[in-house]
Amino acid sequence: MDLEFSDEYRAFQQDVRGFLDENLPEDIREKVTRGLRLERDDYVRWQNILSAKGWLVPGWPVEHGGTGWSAVERYIFDEENGRAGAPNVVPFGTRFVGPVIYTYGSEAQKNYYLPRILNNDDWWCQGYSEPGAGSDLASLQTRAVRDGDRYIVNGTKTWTTMAQWANMMFCLVRTSNEGKKQEGISFLLVDMNQPGVDVKPIMTIDGGQEINMVHMTDVEVPISDLVGEENMGWTYAKFLLQHERTGTAGIGNSKAQVQRLKKIAAQEKSGGIYLIDDPDFRRQVAELEIDLQALEYTDLRYLMQTVAGKPPGAESSLLKLRGTEIQQRISELLMQAVGYYAIPFVPEALEYGWNEDPIGPEGAAPLAPAYFNRRKTTIYGGTNEIQRNIIAKMVLGL
Amino acid sequence: MDFDLSEEQQLLKDSVDRFVREEYPLDKRQKLTASDEGFSRDNWKTMAELGWLGASLPEEYGGIGGGAVEAMVMMEGVGRGLVVEPYFATAVLGANLLLQAGSDAQKQELLPQVVSGDLMLAFAYAERQARYDLFDVEMTATKDGDGYALNGAKGVVCHAASAGRIIVSARTGGGSRDRDGITLFLVDGNAAGLSRRDYPTVDGLRASELAFDNVRVGADAVLGAVDNGLPLIEHVADQAIAGLAAEAVGCMDVLLSSTNEYLKTRSQFGQPIGKFQVIQHRMADMFIACEEARSMCYVATMRLDDPDAEQRSKAASAAKVQIGKSARLVGQQSVQLHGGMGMTDELNIGHYFKRLTVIDTMFGDQNHHLKRYAAFR
Repeated sequence: MDLEFSDEYRAFQQDVRGFLDENLPEDIREKVTRGLRLERDDYVRWQNILSAKGWLVPGWPVEHGGTGWSAVERYIFDEENGRAGAPNVVPFGTRFVGPVIYTYGSEAQKNYYLPRILNNDDWWCQGYSEPGAGSDLASLQTRAVRDGDRYIVNGTKTWTTMAQWANMMFCLVRTSNEGKKQEGISFLLVDMNQPGVDVKPIMTIDGGQEINMVHMTDVEVPISDLVGEENMGWTYAKFLLQHERTGTAGIGNSKAQVQRLKKIAAQEKSGGIYLIDDPDFRRQVAELEIDLQALEYTDLRYLMQTVAGKPPGAESSLLKLRGTEIQQRISELLMQAVGYYAIPFVPEALEYGWNEDPIGPEGAAPLAPAYFNRRKTTIYGGTNEIQRNIIAKMVLGL
Repeated sequence: MDFDLSEEQQLLKDSVDRFVREEYPLDKRQKLTASDEGFSRDNWKTMAELGWLGASLPEEYGGIGGGAVEAMVMMEGVGRGLVVEPYFATAVLGANLLLQAGSDAQKQELLPQVVSGDLMLAFAYAERQARYDLFDVEMTATKDGDGYALNGAKGVVCHAASAGRIIVSARTGGGSRDRDGITLFLVDGNAAGLSRRDYPTVDGLRASELAFDNVRVGADAVLGAVDNGLPLIEHVADQAIAGLAAEAVGCMDVLLSSTNEYLKTRSQFGQPIGKFQVIQHRMADMFIACEEARSMCYVATMRLDDPDAEQRSKAASAAKVQIGKSARLVGQQSVQLHGGMGMTDELNIGHYFKRLTVIDTMFGDQNHHLKRYAAFR
């Protein structure tokens, strides 16, 4: 047994760190670490830098633009990005639909869509949830009806993250009502630049606008944009959920946020001393750090099992569940750290380059909105209740 | 990065698991706890013959040359079987104190006897006023001719009654809460002036209150450096915590699988109770608690050899907090999910729960270690 990465991996880690030091634009890094709003252009700029280096889609097969890295190297890369304050690569093209396309797509789909993801030509979004189909995703009602060499799609998708910036949506649609509800679902690639697609922003409790409702009225999808076989979409959707495990726990980013918490606490006063010296606060941070460490080494244990050839299974449910609980806890402590000055609501302060005097401590403005925003993490990607269902079923056999 | 056992370690694990499975059914264990000594000398002999008592000791003393991971493997087995023999007191606490601080003469005299099963050990460090502070020592050792005279009391000394030698912390200098001035002594189990009050503990093991009334020892009874015993005590406490973490992981493993099995067979309202979501979710949380406990057990174990004592101690405290938290959830909920059956002495569940409860207290509970961890900068 050994807790340390080998020299070879540590050298790789240094390479990644060096690259991030030199290439991550300072304004983007600052937005991420201070919790400010990122614009479409920020993501595109950063993803173009990664793409130029050949590091945008490390997990893909080499022939489609992957790096050929081992699972350990991919893990290190994700953690270093989180630590450095790089934005998460938008996953919809790179981690979600890309692997579905190179695994189940036609040659034409591979040749057309994969290079466009690599070049950041398309912005993808995910058309899964519907107003009546949340955790019970398979009950979705958006219909696609075959009409010659195209499908006509009608229905509504919701909680569609970043759809306001997207030109493409991968979409689960109902193509049959026969048999079990999972058996009548197909996986379509929808061009959003057409009249029947209407994207309506949904304002969230933090005052942000990152999610949307997407109405589709007689939207046309050529049959060449059906992935795999008709009525087999559920299989591809499940593959997508389990495909890439690394990064699920978000350890690197959480570690960076704990450092931010300590920095803020070193400047805030409480009971006549700095908050960082308050025993009760220290105890709460200690508890958080221990939770984070337990998750980190559980993540690493699973990583090494993957390396040994055991395919990722329901472990990713544990990582998602604990990872998001910890993220929420951090956001809670960050907000509490500034006391009263979590209260002023100053949306302009969330924009980079806002240069008026802050109300209260520097950096306080985004903390309450971030706390509100992080509540989403235990809801998205399969609620944490669904993750517990998965553990009970897949691991415990209940 | 590697979380797998080596081939030799795997063999050790297999042999411990086999012993626990074949020689340690609950009814047999319960007979042992009710016996005079509270454990089996025959089992102890078997453990010696299988080489387990020297699993973490160098070959020059008859050991098999293992280290922290071998101790972890052994202690996980001890946990899985609810083993009542004084393995922890002798092979983890006593042997490590001797190995790290003993003079050549002390090691050559005593360690082979540990390995052969002829010598059991105990470590008397705790005092009533000290709670979990290892440095809080009121017991005194005053110069007495060439040697020392020991006076004072030690509490809840595990397996003191069966120990041929007891290792005792006493003050040779400084005030009762000073870090300096603590010295360790090797005292004969039946030394004149040493009296014991023996009792069973709530988990079925044995311990004693010790009173020292002018117990005379020679200069050769000093273990390690005079006045500087604390770093050694702290090191062995970290090793003890890693061992207890492994024992707890073994206990929790059995609780999780036994409870999961029960949920599939116990039927109410016309279906196995494991079909109810409220129970499934609790089991999922218990599964997560076990996984996290195991991870932290590995971290504490592998940090034991870290040259930086602070890293070692931080890892031990973090593991103790995690183990305490996980064990409380898994222990309490295993009883709960077994319903009335979980309350019975007849079932194994309650016995694992009780052992886990004791493990949380040993060498400092969750609260103590959270505070200790928080104090590190």
